[in-house]
Amino acid sequence: MSKLKTRFLDKEFKNPIVLASGILGLTAASMNNAVNNGCGGVTVKSVSKDARPGHPNPTMTGTDHYFINAVGLSNPSVAEGIKEFAKFKEMTNAPLVGSIFAGTPDEFAEVTEIICQSPIDFLEVNVSCPNVSKEFGTPFAYDTKAVEVITKKVKEKSTVPVIIKLTPQAWNVAEIAKVAEDAGADAICAGNTISGMAIDIRARKPVLHNKQGGVSGPALFPVALKAVYDIYKTVKIPIIGTGGITTGEDAIAMVMAGASLLGVGSAVYYRGQDVFEKINNEMTEFMKKENINSLEEIRGIAHK
Amino acid sequence: MENNNPQFIPISKIVEEAQDIKTFYFEHSLNSKPGQFIMLWVPEHDQKPFSIAYDDGKSFGLTFFKRGPTTTKLFDMKVGERVGIEGPFGTSFSRKPDTHYIMVAGGYGAAPLGFLAESLLSPPAGGGDARRAEGVGVDFCVGARNKDLVLFKNRIEKIPNTKLHIATDDGSEGHKGYITDILSNLIDSAEKKVLVVTCGPELMEKKILNICNEKNTDCEISIERYMKCGVGICGQCAVDPIGICMCKEGPVVKRELANKITEFGKYHRDKSGKIIYF
Ligand SMILES: Cc1cc2nc3c(=O)[nH]c(=O)nc-3n(C[C@H](O)[C@H](O)[C@H](O)COP(=O)(O)OP(=O)(O)OC[C@H]3O[C@@H](n4cnc5c(N)ncnc54)[C@H](O)[C@@H]3O)c2cc1C
Ligand SMILES: Cc1cc2nc3c(=O)[nH]c(=O)nc-3n(C[C@H](O)[C@H](O)[C@H](O)COP(=O)(O)O)c2cc1C
Repeated sequence: MSKLKTRFLDKEFKNPIVLASGILGLTAASMNNAVNNGCGGVTVKSVSKDARPGHPNPTMTGTDHYFINAVGLSNPSVAEGIKEFAKFKEMTNAPLVGSIFAGTPDEFAEVTEIICQSPIDFLEVNVSCPNVSKEFGTPFAYDTKAVEVITKKVKEKSTVPVIIKLTPQAWNVAEIAKVAEDAGADAICAGNTISGMAIDIRARKPVLHNKQGGVSGPALFPVALKAVYDIYKTVKIPIIGTGGITTGEDAIAMVMAGASLLGVGSAVYYRGQDVFEKINNEMTEFMKKENINSLEEIRGIAHK
Repeated sequence: MENNNPQFIPISKIVEEAQDIKTFYFEHSLNSKPGQFIMLWVPEHDQKPFSIAYDDGKSFGLTFFKRGPTTTKLFDMKVGERVGIEGPFGTSFSRKPDTHYIMVAGGYGAAPLGFLAESLLSPPAGGGDARRAEGVGVDFCVGARNKDLVLFKNRIEKIPNTKLHIATDDGSEGHKGYITDILSNLIDSAEKKVLVVTCGPELMEKKILNICNEKNTDCEISIERYMKCGVGICGQCAVDPIGICMCKEGPVVKRELANKITEFGKYHRDKSGKIIYF
């Protein structure tokens, strides 16, 4: 697996696959299983200042082509969450990405201070959840000014490198990434789900209780790939490519577009809990065939 | 890939089992195994997990206790109205020949265990495997607060090779006290290899696990945790310290696995993920 070793900011990852936020990321033990199933690192389910029950069910559903969810950012609060993060670090030394969201820039700063009391290695800032707009309005990730202010506020308080998680649904995602970089972000995650809907034609109603949901899984892949490609051209900081990665081939394409780490979530639905191992094996296999010795060799190569 | 197998089907029959307990039947071939569950969707309300109470291969039934908003809504529904059904999901109780089953049910736990007893001893009720299991006998133990809440008495009495034992908190029927009080004796007096299976309140199940550990008796337990997706993605029903999802590697777990789940009988997590002690 040594071909897959990846340096991301100040940390060494045994491979570039990170568990994406919100999938199997509630408890330390469940994230540790993801590591045992091949993840190079993990991202926790996003936490907020106060506990949130999230939306009523159905909160997610899947088809052959896409997965869609509107969990509604349920979480036990940052204060409860950090207990799990500490437990995770007792189980493994795999890199741990904290994830936060908030309703205002000041609250982002407040949550940052609390989460930084836990042994996270990076802090991902979720400004791009599409499923809570009834409560919080349009995601911050559409707005250059909001991204700038939040990035600065979080950077001021954070004791670890800061990753800003954007949405490929913003037509100017590359420009927004540049704003985040200029405001001090250490990396970009591209990105979150994009807004969508599923309708049960027999019930004649949207499937998700929230009606609208975030589309992930295979259908999201080309969208996320293009976002990473565009961002890579615009910024110098590293990128976590996330969205629809399901196979080793997807993963390699994402690296060729310019990603350093690869977020994987919905693929668990398509290929099981050991999907991380499967993707790693498929990447290694491809690299052998194509005489590629390291991911460094092909990173961003699609731009040449 | 997971197949959620979503259906939107009418309720074909409703039976009132007792105060605040109803069974809904559906004419749909679910092909489930005893111990598995479905996700039931009431549009505009919620979607929740329920164990399968009956399955004869052609139709299936679900038994509800009225508890909160969703089950209250279900109690208002009428024959012909449609609900969403996804599944079956999760693990099931073992089907073993030449075994003496001791089934211990509390609350709606009598529903999946009734299905198990029927699938072993009175096909085609019990669906799936349409043959009777060889050499199987059952002690079916039901605990309830009082005699009016004892579920499925008539149903269980009809199953061959099955002896019903009842315990009520107030002594209005059967043994006065906990159903777990009589478990040790039943295990000791069995003439065959014993398999204890249980579904009910967690603290009752924990007592049963302890007894089975002391006596080194095989046992299978249905462990319920807050479930959202039902397919092992969201991680809401992951248990400590091994982190497996109860919707996927449960709800039915064997004794060895139950012993590894140290939160069992101690705490669970609510909808937000916060730890709640029993
Ligand atoms: C595998 C499994 C099998 C079940 N089988 C049955 C059954 O056969 N009959 C039956 O009446 N009930 C069963 N339940 C419990 C059932 O899910 C709850 O009764 C139902 O969700 C209550 O919803 P409510 O809106 O009426 O009440 P609420 O007020 O929302 O909840 C009441 C209580 O039900 C439990 N609960 C609520 N939502 C969930 C959830 N999503 N997952 C797990 N537990 C929840 C919690 O303990 C909660 O305190 C089962 C649960 C699980 C996990
Ligand atoms: C069920 C579910 C819950 C999610 N919860 C979060 C979350 O809490 N925070 C966040 O930043 N992203 C969340 N996401 C988005 C994922 O982290 C990821 O960006 C997206 O699903 C695209 O990747 P994928 O196609 O590999 O799943 C969630 C996604 C899913 C499917």
